[in-house]
Parts: sequence; structure tokens; C-alpha cells
Amino acid sequence: MNQNSTNTQLKISAQEVQVYYGNNHVIKNVSLDIRSNEVVALIGPSGCGKSTFLRLLNRMNDFIESFRMEGKILIDNEDIYDSTIKVEALRKKVGMVFQKPNPFPKSIYENVVYGLKIQGIKDKRRLDAVVEKTLQQVGIWEEVKDKLNQSALALSGGQQQRICIARTLAVEPSVVLMDEPTSALDPISTATIEELIYQLKKDYTIVIVTHNMQQAGRVSDRTAFFYMGELIEYNDTRELFTNPKIELTQKYITGRFG
Amino acid sequence: MTSSAITYNRLKDKFFYWYGLVCTLSGVFILAVFLYTILVEGADRLNMQFFTSLPSRRPSNAGILVPLLGTLWIMVLTTFIAVPIGVAAAIYLEEYGKKNWFASFIEVNTANLAGVPSILYGLLALEIFVRIMGLGRSLLSGALTLSLLILPIVIVSTREALKSVPKTIREASYALGATKWKTIWNAVLPSAAGGILTGVILAISRAIGETAPLVVIGAMLYITTVPTHPLDDFSVLPIQIYNWLSRPQKGFIENATAAIIVLLAITFLLNGIAIYLRNKWQSKVKW
Repeated sequence: MNQNSTNTQLKISAQEVQVYYGNNHVIKNVSLDIRSNEVVALIGPSGCGKSTFLRLLNRMNDFIESFRMEGKILIDNEDIYDSTIKVEALRKKVGMVFQKPNPFPKSIYENVVYGLKIQGIKDKRRLDAVVEKTLQQVGIWEEVKDKLNQSALALSGGQQQRICIARTLAVEPSVVLMDEPTSALDPISTATIEELIYQLKKDYTIVIVTHNMQQAGRVSDRTAFFYMGELIEYNDTRELFTNPKIELTQKYITGRFG
Repeated sequence: MTSSAITYNRLKDKFFYWYGLVCTLSGVFILAVFLYTILVEGADRLNMQFFTSLPSRRPSNAGILVPLLGTLWIMVLTTFIAVPIGVAAAIYLEEYGKKNWFASFIEVNTANLAGVPSILYGLLALEIFVRIMGLGRSLLSGALTLSLLILPIVIVSTREALKSVPKTIREASYALGATKWKTIWNAVLPSAAGGILTGVILAISRAIGETAPLVVIGAMLYITTVPTHPLDDFSVLPIQIYNWLSRPQKGFIENATAAIIVLLAITFLLNGIAIYLRNKWQSKVKW
């Protein structure tokens, strides 16, 4: 693997991870390291395990009854599946943005402060500051600052998705997981979200699942190609797209299956 | 297909159009006739005196103050008893309970309970609330009885409302570090509030029209004091109507029709609020 800088820190380390849903073996022996402030794209055809892998990182698969996992996932050198880990604290640290914008049926303001309020933070000045800061971060402050009390559901899809990202950033995560965050959006909204991902890289480690290979090429530093539950190839994005080492990757990125 | 077959099928089409229309309108028509009759008969009786008078032997002096207040008391008490219990039970069944044979057993039985004749609830309540718990023939006994009666309705409609909250809303909450209870309280319940409220209001409007179970627990027919305390004796509008209708004097029949108008007005008002809330929520919450 091409290490182009030496001072980068290891943020996430998946070690020989296996995932089963009942008898269904959906992640097969995947090991993958992600560095701090890196954007990693997970690509592959539907059902290849990329979303399942993403959801391992904030333990969202725990809700599936037949879910079973082996191996280790370390984030900041902590085993996140250790029994002493508080899963709520993990999810605060590892935020997630979903495929379809999913704002709560509440005001824009209430959406952004949701994560803080459930932690019991009530200080209005602090909440106001967080709302302004995060909405600035996602580049929507000017558009919505006069209608913070209006329902977030009245916004367009692209705006809703940015509210959802602001809501995620408000709880100060260090990792942001994105599960096809632009697949439900129009091209212009998609471009603004991609621009945003680029900006966020400075402060966050980002793992993004995408169906769109151009998007992976545009936003990510490294790309992991999954196929049938296996990690086929993981490399610098440019390298993976221009010079794939494995034929299967070559076939997928040139659109010969998928 | 031959052209005569097409003509025949088109005829069938026409026939079912008209048949369906007649069936649809028949219900509305009967209701309209009923409303017209009671309005003609009872409207004159609807004056201040009617609303503010105690029962009397003379029809023109009698009023619905006691049963009207009884109905309002029952409405409020029943809401406060049935809603917290019903909503909590629904949350447990929907969000916490494991999906196993026991859950489906409870589910089937809740649905069955909603169909049990109301007089049986009255008999149960007579034994438990009036006799064993010693609450007597009070407002509280009545409200507890009706709470029992509407609990299955509240539970079923709340569960439906909870089910209709998309998974993505729960995921959003969990992903922000919320516990299960925080997620239910802060994300799921607000999203389901419209549906829950609609179900509750419809259940309450059913409760205030009930007569049989209250007759069984012994709601009074003739009370001359206004109820001021949950342990007071009481009467309610349907019982008053039932009572007046069984009197021979023409004046009491007129009183009964007027009381029917009042009871219907309350029911329609509640149903109207329920419809309004449902529409408001539907337009607000587009998933």
C-alpha cells in the first residue's frame, strides 16, 4: 500500500472481521486500516457488504437480531465491540449520515441540537452557538438563519441532508460515516455535499459508501473495493482507478459488471 | 372479444357504478334523516335553562346539567387513566417486547378485547371497582370501567402509529448517541403523536357514548347534586337519554332528543378534532 505521508495516525483498524446474519456469511475476513483525516470510499456492487461494514463502525448492526461478528475493530486503539464499551458514547464519537435525508419532524434548530439535548445540555447560549457553527460548517447558515424555527421537513432534499450532517457534527464526532449520502439527491445538491466532504476532511475522518465511482474518485483519498463480502482491493483512490492490481476491480470500475 | 360482449361488460361497469353509489349514499341518507328528525324535535328545547337545570319531575323544568357535567368528568378522568396506561402498554409491546409467541398471544387478545360486548366490561367493573375496591357508584368507577373498555382501542391505535414511524427516524436518533428510551421519547413519540392523538380521541368519543357498562355499575338515574369530586355519584348523557325516553310524557321525549343533539355535538366535535389533527400531521410529516 502506498503510504504517502508518514505522520498520519491510525484511526480505525478492522482486523480479520467476519460478519454473519444467521447462516449468511456477509463479511469475510476483512482487514482494513483508516488513518486520521482521511476520506475512505467503500465501493462495490449491491449486496457486497460495504454498507454492513460501514455500520460495523458505529455498531448499527447491533439492532439486527441474527447479527454475529468475529474479529476486532479498533477505533483510537479501543476495541469497540468490547463489553465495557458504552455504545452510546461510541456513536457520539462516530457519527453517521444516511442514504435518505432523515430529519426529525421538528424545527431546523431542534434537529441540530437533538444530540446535545439528549445528553442533557440545556444552556441556550451554548446550543445557539452550536447551531450557528455547524450550520456554517455545512454551508447552509445564510439560507436558514431566519427560519430556524420552521420544520426541517419543509426544506429541499439537499438542504435536509446538510441539516442531517450539521446534526451529526453538533455532537462533535471525530469520525463521520456516510452511507450513500447523495444517492437521493439531484446533481447540484450532490456537488455541494461533495464539496462539503472535502471541507470536513480537515477535522474529521470520513468513511463513505457510494455507488457512484466518479464520486469515489472525486472525494476520497483511498478506496476499498468490496465484492461478495470480501475486500478485494484497497489502495490510493487514483491508483485504484487508474491502475487496479486485481482483474475483478478492473472489471468493476470499467462497468463490465455491477 | 365480440362487440356484444364488450357492450355487456360495459353495462356491468355502469351497473356497479350506480350500485356502489347507492350503497355509499344509503348510510349518509339514513344519518341525514335521523339528524333532521332529532333537530326538528329537539332544537326548541336547547336553551340556557336546559343546560343549567337539575333533573325534575316536570319535563319543562328538567335540564341536563348533571349528566352533562358527568359526561365531561368521565371524559377527563377516562383520558387521564386510559391514555398513560394504553400508550405505555403499546410502547412496551411495540418497542421493547420480544417478538415471540407470547407477544402474538397478547396481540391477538388485545384485538379480541376490542370486540368484547361492553356490558361484560360493566359486569367485571361492578365486581372489581364497585365492590372489591369499594369505589361505589362513583365517577371514578365509571371512568375506570370505560378506561378498561377503550384500552384495547388505545393500545391498537398507538401501536399502529408507532409502527408507521420509519426506521430511519430511529436510526437517526441512535446514531446521535441516544439510548432506546431517549429515542422513543424524543424521536418516535413526537413523530407518532398525530396518530396516537387521533386514536385516543376516537376512543374517548366511543367511551362517552357508552351506556350499558355504566348502567351495570349503577350510574344514577336521578341525581340532584352536581358532581364535584371523582368519588361523587354521577349520571351521564346516554343514561339520561335512556331514562327520559322510557317516560310516558311527551315533554321528556323532547328533552331526550335535545340531549341527543348535545351528545352528538360532543361526539362530532371530538371526531372533527381527530380528523383535523390527522390531516395536519399528515401534511406536516412527509417521510
